[in-house]
Amino acid sequence: MDLPFLLYTLLKIVVVVFALLTAVAYTVWFERKVVAHMQSRWGPTRVGPYGLLQPLADVIKLITKEDITPSGVFRLVYLAAPCLAVITALLVFAVIPFGPRTEMGGIDIFQITDLDIGLLFILSVSSMGVYGIALAGWSSNSKYSLLGGLRSSAQMISYELAMGLSIVGVVLLTGSLSLRQVVDNQSGSWWGIIPHWNVIPQFIGFFCYFVSAIAETNRLPFDLPEAETELVAGYHTEYSSMRFAMFFLAEYTNMTAVSCVATVLYFGGWSGPVFGPEALQTVLPLLWFFLKVLAFLFVYVWIRGTLPRFRYDQLMAFGWKFLLPLALANMVLTSFVQAVRYGG
Amino acid sequence: MQSVLPSLFFYALATMILVSAVVTITRRNAVHSVIWLISTLLGIAGLFLHQHAEFLAAVQVIVYIGGITVLFLFVIMLVNLDEAAKKKQFAGQWKIVVICAGALLAELGFFIFKGAEGFYFAEPAGGSLQPNTQLIALALYRDYLLPFELASLLLLVAMIGAVVLAKKDLK
Repeated sequence: MDLPFLLYTLLKIVVVVFALLTAVAYTVWFERKVVAHMQSRWGPTRVGPYGLLQPLADVIKLITKEDITPSGVFRLVYLAAPCLAVITALLVFAVIPFGPRTEMGGIDIFQITDLDIGLLFILSVSSMGVYGIALAGWSSNSKYSLLGGLRSSAQMISYELAMGLSIVGVVLLTGSLSLRQVVDNQSGSWWGIIPHWNVIPQFIGFFCYFVSAIAETNRLPFDLPEAETELVAGYHTEYSSMRFAMFFLAEYTNMTAVSCVATVLYFGGWSGPVFGPEALQTVLPLLWFFLKVLAFLFVYVWIRGTLPRFRYDQLMAFGWKFLLPLALANMVLTSFVQAVRYGG
Repeated sequence: MQSVLPSLFFYALATMILVSAVVTITRRNAVHSVIWLISTLLGIAGLFLHQHAEFLAAVQVIVYIGGITVLFLFVIMLVNLDEAAKKKQFAGQWKIVVICAGALLAELGFFIFKGAEGFYFAEPAGGSLQPNTQLIALALYRDYLLPFELASLLLLVAMIGAVVLAKKDLK
């Protein structure tokens, strides 16, 4: 643990967090723009060309607004909950590989750290994400918040199971929990044209993963914790100003995280055609990664613009009676095929 | 420097675990207890990590913090806390507590006495990092398959028991 290593790692973290926060701000712009066009509107147009400076204006507005703490809240938890939500959302990016191993001074620059248990790390961090929401709902001293918090904890626990089980399929194919190895395992192609991506053998697993990931991030059609028509705004009803913005930030960071994980697990990560001079060859994988993540974010917005919200009992029934058995069946099937392929 | 850090980590984590555990059982508000319990469990995960048992640390977080404690919180949030806070905090089972704690202390004391040189403060395993997920899998599914399956059966029985208890009218 020498000094240059620490400095490099800190630098990587700063760069990733900065890029991520910018990306998240523009995800909001992207969502507003895409949904607007789906609904025959223009979306943000006033601030900057194509409304491109809108995120900046939003941030300034949110920071300068008055921060109201309602009476009767449990202050410490009330203040800590949004921080918890943001921290757990950001932590996922510690293990995401953005590009192939590229060394600069003996240190990999495209990934903060390559853990042996990368996938488990992601699962454990995202399983802690529920606390931000549940504690926010509890400490706000409001009926709507409490109901929102309760709904979200029930929903997140239910869908986490299906998510964990669907990922097992990928682990079985790879034989490792390290995200870099998962991506390396997907290089190459079948018959020179079909990329060797996990989504092809694991299409059931991918379906389960993506559906439960949408539920985990509380997005439509699973956004019952903050269903406006029933719960005002759910767990963040009582939050204002920057604390509200932190929940907002956590939600969009989680969306980006899910898109990154889905890209890494099922769509070959940074793999894609690489050509041209050396400088281009270094940058191209990053571009492919970015485009894949963008495609997932588009799907998120697309689903939001298309589907109505589930009823609560439908949500639970769908999670427990359909998604979980499907993920289990996929796991059994995959392990059977792997056993036949590699077993004696 | 290099030799001081591990024991520093150990003592910091141990303090965190002990303090949070004590606070967990002395809080009047059940939600506060759960929050302190989370801190205890996080400390234990930290100890696993300190011993280079990454897999156990991750599982500790996923199962205990991300699963069981969320369920605790979920149930407690539904319970009328004002009512609960008025009740007596300690249920007056002092005799049983003292007997259990005494037995545990006697056992621990006996082992420390017998194997004084066998005990040493936790130091992380040296050498390069080995992925220990595979080793755990081999131990669980090959060397100790029967106990593992029996334990899972026990859990299943407990689960069915809970379902039976919760159901009001059995058909």
